[in-house]
Amino acid sequence: MSSITLDAIAKSFGKVKAVHELNLEIKKGEFFTFLGPSGCGKTTTLRMIAGFYYPTKGSIKFGEKDVTRVVPEKRNTGMVFQNYALFPHMTVFENVAFGLKVRKQSSSEIKRRVEDALKKVRLDQYMMRQVSQLSGGQQQRVALARALVIEPDILLLDEPLSNLDARLRDEMRTEILRLQRDYGITTIYVTHDQVEALSMSDRIAVFNAGVCQQIGTPKEIYNNPANDFVASFIGETNLIPVTPAAADAGTIRLNWNEDSGKSLVLHNYHQGKWSELSSQPLSVSIRPEALEVLEQPAGENTFEGKVEMAQFTGAALQLFIRIGSRLVQAMVLNNLTLRELEEGDIVYVRFPEQHMRLLPRVMGEEEHEE
Amino acid sequence: MKNKELRFTLLLLLPVALVLFAYVLYPSLRTIIESFSSKEGFSAATYDTFFNSESKSNLEALWNSVYISLLSVFLSACIGIPLAFIFNKFDFPGRGFFSSIAILPIVLPSLVGVMAFMFLYGESGLVPNAIKDLLGLKKVPFSIGGISGILIVHAYTMYVYFYMTVSSTIRSIDPSLEEAAYNLGASRLTVFRKVTLPLLTPAIVGASLLVFMTSMASFSAPFLLAGGFRVLSLQIYFSKVNGNLQMAATQSVILSIVSIAFLLFMRWYQNRKDYRMSSKGIGAHRSEVKNPYIKWTMVLIGIFGVVVLLLPHATILLLSLVPDGTWTWQKYPTKFNLNNFLLLFNEPRIWDPVRNSLLLAFIATAGNLVFGVLTSYVLVKRKFIGKNMLDILVMLPWALPATVVGMNLILAFNEPSVFTFGNILVGTFWILPLAYFTRHIPLVVRSTNAALEQLDDSLEEAARNLGAKWFYTFRRVVLPLVMPGVLSGTLLAFVQAVGEFPTSVLLYTLSNRPISIEIMNQLRMFNMGQAAAYGMIQISLIGIVLFISNKFLGVKAERSL
Ligand SMILES: Nc1ncnc2c1ncn2[C@@H]1O[C@H](COP(=O)(O)OP(=O)(O)OP(=O)(O)O)[C@@H](O)[C@H]1O
Ligand SMILES: [Mg+2]
Repeated sequence: MSSITLDAIAKSFGKVKAVHELNLEIKKGEFFTFLGPSGCGKTTTLRMIAGFYYPTKGSIKFGEKDVTRVVPEKRNTGMVFQNYALFPHMTVFENVAFGLKVRKQSSSEIKRRVEDALKKVRLDQYMMRQVSQLSGGQQQRVALARALVIEPDILLLDEPLSNLDARLRDEMRTEILRLQRDYGITTIYVTHDQVEALSMSDRIAVFNAGVCQQIGTPKEIYNNPANDFVASFIGETNLIPVTPAAADAGTIRLNWNEDSGKSLVLHNYHQGKWSELSSQPLSVSIRPEALEVLEQPAGENTFEGKVEMAQFTGAALQLFIRIGSRLVQAMVLNNLTLRELEEGDIVYVRFPEQHMRLLPRVMGEEEHEE
Repeated sequence: MKNKELRFTLLLLLPVALVLFAYVLYPSLRTIIESFSSKEGFSAATYDTFFNSESKSNLEALWNSVYISLLSVFLSACIGIPLAFIFNKFDFPGRGFFSSIAILPIVLPSLVGVMAFMFLYGESGLVPNAIKDLLGLKKVPFSIGGISGILIVHAYTMYVYFYMTVSSTIRSIDPSLEEAAYNLGASRLTVFRKVTLPLLTPAIVGASLLVFMTSMASFSAPFLLAGGFRVLSLQIYFSKVNGNLQMAATQSVILSIVSIAFLLFMRWYQNRKDYRMSSKGIGAHRSEVKNPYIKWTMVLIGIFGVVVLLLPHATILLLSLVPDGTWTWQKYPTKFNLNNFLLLFNEPRIWDPVRNSLLLAFIATAGNLVFGVLTSYVLVKRKFIGKNMLDILVMLPWALPATVVGMNLILAFNEPSVFTFGNILVGTFWILPLAYFTRHIPLVVRSTNAALEQLDDSLEEAARNLGAKWFYTFRRVVLPLVMPGVLSGTLLAFVQAVGEFPTSVLLYTLSNRPISIEIMNQLRMFNMGQAAAYGMIQISLIGIVLFISNKFLGVKAERSL
């Protein structure tokens, strides 16, 4: 087990910059997730840590040891590949034993440890099977066992669940977490599934286009996203591009960019934070579940809107409400307090101040949803 | 580190490049140089003779080669394409059996095949004479020899190229394409012209070029059947035998230019159009033949075809049982026993060529195995500049006619060179294994390439991630997984080496004469039986190897070509 330090690493493939300067510190025993859309450089970063690519710039440290230029076989990392990369000509046992054989363990020791590892992933009765005779989930667990049995300092998982169906994915998620806690091993997990990232990780790094956007715990990232990209990538959110009109004594008035006459007012905004933000393009982000849908107008930050679509999902009612030129998404819990809403109804939508986040706008207009 | 990777690639590349340079490129260059050098220094005199001399014999040979090749393409296509359609589009009793028999000509080594045709259809051949006697004719009704002989042998052996490429394309055509066309209202003829034929064109063009190149290079058929008829590959041999090395070199250069031009054309054509099918794994629907008359006619034709296809094999078997000296003035052989085979084991003089062949082929093939795997690994899995060049060098021996490969080696190694550690190879044992090795480089590399390309890079990475060094990974992960592909190529190289005639006849010495040469000698002494017995040995070897590849390595015979 060891910590990992990425010091300003960058990687280019010819002209393509796959990873821009990335600084990252991953603590001992942490479950750390790289999250981001396809092509954002997650795999590239992971492969630099495993040693399959060498960074164009910067350095990588495991604990105190600089491993930037160490060959993959000397790094003692355990990697689970997206396609598992099980050796098709070997049995389950031989696959798991491979790393131990390389390490010249005695055959009795190998047998003991392989059996132990296979027991941990609950595959001990499949030991002598050929790997081609296993189901997807079982192959996945063999790959995990093979990576864990060598007691690696670091476990690297590249979208290990993407080839599995939804039910199996849930099951394996718990399994991976359980094993990670059992072994207490520093783990980097690559995914583009935000639910997976939020539910499993100690901390998450969100990537976009080769640049790390934010690093934080799942709660921090969900509740205090660093910018509009993070806010929209993690969970559902409404983003409203705004321009500040007036700001004094902690009260800020923000005009909607697309609807003149509409504005949001924040009363207790932190002075220091404001001075950081004020010079950049801004968006207000608010989660659907934070919007209040009312039948009567109710003071500040409330707008009249028309329900364009109402979807009943069981636990909640999902509403798409037209406010001026914007379509906002709201979620109302199904607690029977609201009258039956239908398409075409006029409602009042309140933006509670404590749920609004004022964020730097990094996405172009065309990247916004809707 | 990055430089380490690079250095390692170089380390792997070095022996590969060296071998290719020394035994492929350098000999070819030597031939070109030789063709321009006379006693007085640089001279293009032989080229002048080739194109402008009074006798025109060389030009005639070139022209004959080309037009025999064109006719061979035409005849092979006429047999191979319809057969492919019949066997893959219709279902009738015995279809599976007939279609597997259809590829049997490839188990006949060229020299043995030609020999069989001579005994079957030649002037005193069994078939013409049998017909004559049955019908009470005065003269034999027909016999082959000269051009007709060469063409028939070519058609018999080379239609298989058409049959196999067209068959595999037909099988890969998604039936829904044709069904879609019918559904849109197209008639049978329109569908064939507008859908099926365009999809088949690449296969047909590919097979045509292959047949063309093979018959340009063909040596055994003209050698035994040509009579006074001249073709270029044979002219090279005569020039060499007459000691006119400069002329032999010139003829080699010209023959190579024609072959390579066709190879380049083929590559260009294949890259230009790519009709690869988007859907996979859909077997063509074969329509069952319902009409009983047509059905049984097809079966009859099938049976007739099988007989024609197997007659050469049967003839060789029959002749091999005829003891020497018992079939001289008689029209048909009268005595049969296993004497010829017994002699093989009792008479060292008779056994020697077999032992030589096996030994030579074994040495050459072992070299092919090691070199092929290394080369293929470098080509498929390593990045470096000049990969294309290396690829072309690897394929060069395939494009060059065997006679030219032989000439190249003679001209390069009839004097001491650094590549032979200062020895003269010509006239020694080692020149033949070297020739076989060079000839079969492309075969082994290509079959290994196919296997390596299938191998997912992440397997190698997984092994290294688990701590295995490169060599351990290569030995325990890469090699076992590509072994079937490697072995199928290697085994094929082995049997081809055992049957190889053109380079053997240019390079053999008395002490290392292989089976093919001994067959030639026995024929000259009219020992048909012994020659046929040698032929049987070659056929059985090929049969066994194909059987092993098919059974244990899961390799279809047609894929190995
Ligand atoms: N070997 C390579 N050569 C050239 N470009 C590459 C290579 N590997 C990755 N790239 C490029 O680098 C960028 C980042 O790729 P990477 O594989 O790291 O994305 P990713 O975040 O893992 O995406 P995904 O979720 O689709 O796996 C992409 O634009 C990709 O095209
Ligand atoms: Mg990836």
